[in-house]
Amino acid sequence: MDSKEIYASLEKLFPAKVSDFKGDVMEPYLTVDSAAIVEICRFLRNSPGYRFEVLSDLTALDWPKEEKIQIVYHLFSYSQNHQIVLKVDLPRDNPKIATLEEVWKVANWFEREVYDLFGVIFEGHSDLRRIMLPEDWVGHPLRKDYVEQEEYDGISTQRAPLVEKLLR
Amino acid sequence: MNETAQEQGGFYTEDMTISVGPQHPSTHGVLRFVVKTDGEVISEAIPDVGYLHRSIEKIGEKVTYHGYVPYTDRADYLAAMFANQAFCMAAERLAGTEVTRRGEFCRVIACELNRIASHLISVGTFGQDIGAMTPFVHALRERETINNLMEEICGARLTYNYIRIGGVGYDILPETCTKITDFVDHFEPIVSEFNRLLSGNKIFIERLAGVAVVSKEDALSYNLVGPNLRGSGIKWDIRRDIPYSVYPELDFDVPIGTAHVGALGDSFDRYWVRIREMQESVNILRQCLKMMPKGPAISKVPRKFRPPVGECYARVEAPRGDMGFYVVSDGSEYPYRVRIRTGSYTAMSIIDKLSKGIMLADLIALIGSLDVDAPEIDR
Amino acid sequence: MQAFIDQLIKDGAFAGVPKEVVYAIAMVVVALVVLSAFVAPLAGVTSWLERRVWARMQSRVGPNRVGPQGILQWLADGIKNLLKEDLIPSASDAKLFSLAPYIVFMGFLCTFVVIPFGANLIVADLNIGILYILAVTSLVVVGILMAGWASNNKWSLLGGMRSAAQIVSYEIPAGLSILTIIFLAGTMSMQGIIKAQGWAPWDWFLFDNPFTFAAFFLYFTAALAEGNRTPFDIPEAESELVAGYVTEYSGMRFLFFFFAEWGNLYVIGAVATTLFLGGWQVPPLPIFDNSPVLLGIAQFVTFFLKAYAWVFIAMWVRATLPRVRVDQLMGLCWKYMVPLSFVCLLGTIGFMFMPADGRRIFGIITFGFALATMINFFRRVVFQIRAAKPELYFKPQI
Repeated sequence: MDSKEIYASLEKLFPAKVSDFKGDVMEPYLTVDSAAIVEICRFLRNSPGYRFEVLSDLTALDWPKEEKIQIVYHLFSYSQNHQIVLKVDLPRDNPKIATLEEVWKVANWFEREVYDLFGVIFEGHSDLRRIMLPEDWVGHPLRKDYVEQEEYDGISTQRAPLVEKLLR
Repeated sequence: MNETAQEQGGFYTEDMTISVGPQHPSTHGVLRFVVKTDGEVISEAIPDVGYLHRSIEKIGEKVTYHGYVPYTDRADYLAAMFANQAFCMAAERLAGTEVTRRGEFCRVIACELNRIASHLISVGTFGQDIGAMTPFVHALRERETINNLMEEICGARLTYNYIRIGGVGYDILPETCTKITDFVDHFEPIVSEFNRLLSGNKIFIERLAGVAVVSKEDALSYNLVGPNLRGSGIKWDIRRDIPYSVYPELDFDVPIGTAHVGALGDSFDRYWVRIREMQESVNILRQCLKMMPKGPAISKVPRKFRPPVGECYARVEAPRGDMGFYVVSDGSEYPYRVRIRTGSYTAMSIIDKLSKGIMLADLIALIGSLDVDAPEIDR
Repeated sequence: MQAFIDQLIKDGAFAGVPKEVVYAIAMVVVALVVLSAFVAPLAGVTSWLERRVWARMQSRVGPNRVGPQGILQWLADGIKNLLKEDLIPSASDAKLFSLAPYIVFMGFLCTFVVIPFGANLIVADLNIGILYILAVTSLVVVGILMAGWASNNKWSLLGGMRSAAQIVSYEIPAGLSILTIIFLAGTMSMQGIIKAQGWAPWDWFLFDNPFTFAAFFLYFTAALAEGNRTPFDIPEAESELVAGYVTEYSGMRFLFFFFAEWGNLYVIGAVATTLFLGGWQVPPLPIFDNSPVLLGIAQFVTFFLKAYAWVFIAMWVRATLPRVRVDQLMGLCWKYMVPLSFVCLLGTIGFMFMPADGRRIFGIITFGFALATMINFFRRVVFQIRAAKPELYFKPQI
């Protein structure tokens, strides 16, 4: 199915919850309301005609100027060989969204990574803790305004400027 | 550390918590599993990753598109060409750049050679984890020839920085093409020898048949890709189903797991798919070398590469599965976001589920058969 | 040996010294001689040979620098390990930790007392020779368990447990196969068993009847399992348990374990030769009639070559086969090898009731069958060599 058709049918079935279809770009995407994401994904996975068996990717984009963090879901279907991109906008100071773990189990690890690197809280996640960074790390690195902490475990994270090093 | 104690018929036993890794001769790279075992039988194996996290995604926001290509090599150093290619495809699609035809053929040749090298390491170390030391060294011997060929093509043995935006960095000379043909002729019977030595071995089969079976539903739900997915019987290969580069013109088969020993989707099936993929790569190489056109190897791409605003998700079929690069551009010469989605990351997520109730030796076989690779997981 | 000492005492060599003391000192001296002149170089050269054989099978070279063709590599390794820091983990049980390698070493070293190198070249021809060997090699279990437990390391513990289970289980098929031969020979003394065979292959116990033929392979497999060799090397499985029960050991203590393992290979080969392959028996050529020295040398060389052939085959097996999993290993022993051993034992006893001519015919038939297998095997080897594409170096030296 074409992404335009997918958007059209989704708009009919979930009237207020999808919006903002961008069809003329390379990867057509549609914006989904954050409260309805689990419902829509479950529908997309199970219904014949769509059959998005696979969550290819779950990642986030940080837009500090627009004060939002955008979660991006790439869904793919092997049987129908089509894909769709869903985006959800979350407020930057309190990003919370429901977890997709019941729909696709792989969301467990993807969401842990997004939590670790962006600070998005996934409600209902069975095991939301940092995955790449150590447990006691402060901050979420992939945010655009991330500043590294001064010290970690007693070791300084700042590198002395080159001139100082040469003079030493 | 709390150990759960169970009373079994009046006999007091405790679960043992062992840490497999991060320094361990057979985890593939720096990985750690916190394993709770009851003697030899595992009750839980929780992966703990992040020892090789190098923040490649954050670096993508600080360097230019051209300058990022060497960083993509390190995203999976055993299959560096594919990461290069995926990123360059994403950048080219964003900017609408055309790749020259000869460049596409050079890309496919380099990638298929890299696929053979990566699979050689994979099956070799897998054999070694099971205990057979000789096939590992034989596989490495063949990989040495490939490394020498790569050195002739692009100057490096492991992290190539060969596939650039718009084509490839250096042209493949006719002498190198002859050497590749010789290698391919030499390599094809080596795979049969390898099979006689290892794949047909009864002990090897007994260790792997029926161990850690991944059903089709699980493979889809946990988003396994590449040989892991094909080992469970799902015939999906990006080179065939979302073709890119010159793959539509090439004729090759996509091997899937056939359960000729044990169950469908067990460790042996995944291993067997990799062996068969090596043979298919040999086919592809032969066709490419015959069909190579003449022409420039790279098209003209501006030095300050500034694609328009947009985003692009490019996938390639890497040895460890579908590697996707999601590149978001905001019109400047630095990418806004580069996201690398690798097959090993999702393969790690299924280990906890598969490891309940198997033995410690099977855990090692499981990790080897999924072909996880620390740089891909941690990026 | 005892006769020799008695002769010396009669000649008045040790005047004024009580007989028991002379015996005791003589035994210690002989033990030292055997240990330093034979066992130590033997284990060392076996380690070199193993590395060289593996390397050539894996298209590599192997150690070839230290001494001619690298044959002194073991000496270099030994000296290096002696110079290493002696690490005992602070949380481990220091006394048991230090003691374990020596017990394992003792377990294998004591067997050399009854290994028959020639008709007169044996330290002590005990009349329970083979039973003594079985008993003494069980000491390694104690040593390995001590090593695994005292290291205070979960990996070592797992390795030690696996090893204890493995060695104890595989004693049974080994013991039953040995019992088969004891029945045939009628004696447990090593020299007695050899004398019950002849020099020609069809007089060996190996070809006596099909049941002893099977018993030989059962014994060899069980002995490999007892010696922790691949395909049964799970206690020291490098890829699973870091290094199994030797994880915390370094330096000379570490080397003691492996010393014992390589030396044990020779003991396996020696016992296999004694029981099944006719030991030191040489054809009764006329040149041996006049010089017992020449006879002694010929017997020693025959025995050594036969035993060492099996050492080579054990190395070959280790380079080729992958590892068996623990539960498969125990299943193999208890479900397959023990019943088969019983069958071989009963079959051999049944054969003993056959008249002598029938037995001779059976011996020749089995020998012919084994010869056909060997020829077929060599044909397969030739096929593989022809099919192998890489350049094959047949010269062993590089």
